[in-house]
Amino acid sequence: MNAKAIVVTSGKGGVGKTTTTANVGAALAKLGERVAVIDTDVGLRNLDVVMGLEGRVVFDLIDVFEGRCKLRQALIRDKRVETLHLIAASQTKDKTALSESRMRETVRALLEDEGFDRVLIDSPAGIETGFQTAAVAAQGALVVVNPEVSSVRDADRIIGLLEAREITEVRLIINRLRPKMVKRGDMLEVSDVLDILGVKLIGIVPEDERVLVSTNVGNPAALEDGGAKTTAGSAFRDIARRIGGEDVAYPDLDGSKGVFSGLRRLFGSR
Amino acid sequence: MFGFFRRRRSKDDLKQRLKLVLSYDRARLSPGKMEQLKRELLGVVEKYFPADGDDLDVRFEQHGDRMVLIADLPRPSHH
Repeated sequence: MNAKAIVVTSGKGGVGKTTTTANVGAALAKLGERVAVIDTDVGLRNLDVVMGLEGRVVFDLIDVFEGRCKLRQALIRDKRVETLHLIAASQTKDKTALSESRMRETVRALLEDEGFDRVLIDSPAGIETGFQTAAVAAQGALVVVNPEVSSVRDADRIIGLLEAREITEVRLIINRLRPKMVKRGDMLEVSDVLDILGVKLIGIVPEDERVLVSTNVGNPAALEDGGAKTTAGSAFRDIARRIGGEDVAYPDLDGSKGVFSGLRRLFGSR
Repeated sequence: MFGFFRRRRSKDDLKQRLKLVLSYDRARLSPGKMEQLKRELLGVVEKYFPADGDDLDVRFEQHGDRMVLIADLPRPSHH
């Protein structure tokens, strides 16, 4: 993706935005990019705990906005990957403090003054001011969707709003896909979701218990599991490589060619 | 009882429902308002073609990247 500032969003809550931000951010940093991930879910911050950095939060995004600290003081450097940094959301719910102009200025400063290659902005759920502020400085978007009714509907709404904002690079991550359910026809398959939503795919993440286990200990799965191709961690690493411009084939998640062969024809070896 | 072989896959239902609800969402019109529109259109059509309005079908269709409102009224080709 050409976009340096990318908002991670979904409309619906609980589909995996924060997990995606943490994992894709970590995987991008592992590839050598200087990455800042920003939590904009004011009052409900979680990116810090998902990344295992909660003990090191001193200043947050609102402190930066209000001038209570310098931008650099709010950047928490990750323990595992040196090029990964977090700016935490404020835990005191003061939504008026989320100003669009300060968001723009912060993202600009991260890219131009602090020399970051990529800024990932974790959006709150919903379509109100929190989302609007998260999206204001983005040139690209990762829309996280689960293959189920309410998530797909909300994703469609969010995609409409992103397009209205003239965010040109909108990419879809289908999260928590269950290959067995797809195989027996009880879950939308990837091509169905793409057909309905009409945006470009950038990742398919299978449902994977290891994601919960790794967030339990605050270590993103993308950094943790081994080389297996069918894990969520591997899927997040693939997404990072695709964002970086690499052409990464989609693995066969259920071991049979049937379900994903259509998809592979469409996207596989391009 | 013949469901073992021809069990309807639930995802086919879901896909159909999603396509329908998204067509209303994208057009920013609720299904109830659509019924109202249909009734009013029917009233206008009947003014000009009495007793022909029963076949009126009004729906949204996705044409490329835009939603199109289709009002389909088959005209009898002979009398």
